[in-house]
Amino acid sequence: MLDHTTPLIFALFIFGCSLVAGFLGSLLGLGGGIIIVPVLTLVLGVDFRYAAGASLVSVIATSSGAAAAYVKEHLTNLRVAMFLEIGTTAGAITGGLIAGIIQPRWLYVLFGLMLAYSAVAMFQKGRHVQGEAPRDRWADRLRLHGKYYDEAEGCEVSYRVAHSWTGLGLMYVAGIVSGLLGIGSGALKVTAMDLAMRLPIKVSSATSNFMIGVTAAASAGVYFARGDINPFIAAPVALGVLIGATAGSKMLGRLKSGAVRAVFLVVLIYIAGNMLYKGWHS
Amino acid sequence: MGNGCDMNGDVEKNVDKGLATVERVELLISCLLRIGVITSMVIVFAGTVLTFVHHPHYVRDGGGLAGIKAGRVDWPRSMEQEMTGLKQGRGNALVVLGLVVLIATPVLRVGVSILIFAYQRDGVFVAITALVLALLLISFVLGRAHHLVAGG
Repeated sequence: MLDHTTPLIFALFIFGCSLVAGFLGSLLGLGGGIIIVPVLTLVLGVDFRYAAGASLVSVIATSSGAAAAYVKEHLTNLRVAMFLEIGTTAGAITGGLIAGIIQPRWLYVLFGLMLAYSAVAMFQKGRHVQGEAPRDRWADRLRLHGKYYDEAEGCEVSYRVAHSWTGLGLMYVAGIVSGLLGIGSGALKVTAMDLAMRLPIKVSSATSNFMIGVTAAASAGVYFARGDINPFIAAPVALGVLIGATAGSKMLGRLKSGAVRAVFLVVLIYIAGNMLYKGWHS
Repeated sequence: MGNGCDMNGDVEKNVDKGLATVERVELLISCLLRIGVITSMVIVFAGTVLTFVHHPHYVRDGGGLAGIKAGRVDWPRSMEQEMTGLKQGRGNALVVLGLVVLIATPVLRVGVSILIFAYQRDGVFVAITALVLALLLISFVLGRAHHLVAGG
């Protein structure tokens, strides 16, 4: 598609797609990379390395651009973010190293299956009444617990963090995926914080959005040194994603948690199918 | 959400002390992030406009597109090339500069966080944040090592 157009039209089309990807990504706590990589590779025929490189840049723009808005609404848990970033940055390094050894198709398949599982687990949690979070001594010691003002519910919500070490381990996995595929792996981060650590979904979305910038910076350094960040593609992607993300971040605080969850479920399933298909046919 | 909005006295007591100090950290960092992102995006946009000004055929016909997609078009891939490109006023050198600023933004955020946690005398979180920064810097070194091994 768009093989015989001018570079200007091509850049404007990438910009438009990035605008939509950034908006959805910010709304869901995803980096937008998971949407823009398939568009660039499958639809526009861009080399996968450049798609991943541009995606990483867009992930940083999304994270940093939307974080300011999230922070003002006090949805981001900075202590949880910093603690978990140990796992994501270590994972991003590991992912970057493995990337040169393993066949990416198996990772697509694995990632697709994992996302499908996450979607089912998320759906089941949405149907059941949430139980009391188990006590976590490390979360107490590191003072990870928090509270936020829920605009939709109209009151302050306090929450306790559970399974902090399980969360850290899952973040290591999320970092590996980020380093390998050039995405922020926000879906994995949100799932880990939501299901394992029992954070409210709005807090996990905002905290994930805050964290993926650091994860992506670790991955982007490797891509940059390799010359895999193509400025012709990365520029419209970064600009489009940032503007879309800024718009999306203004909406999160006003949505009911149920609505966020429902949209998130559909997106997870769509991405899972996309990943499996790509892995199967490469 | 169940009883999510109920006020739990036990939780409140433990959480309030942490949140009051963290609030200032969060606002300062968000300000820093916004400045970094806006700066980088202005540079990237200016560089993109300059690229099209220098290459009028990019606007007129589709000849250059295949090369751009496959990466056959030149852009700065090392510090030396970047400096030369900037001196010559090349659009893609300006875009790369903006992208470097953008990639540096989260790294700077982690760096500043160390100082703020140190100011708060939160030794545990100084150590945690310093570890994150160390891992980030290691990743950049490893990226360069890979570059050297692969021979560019």
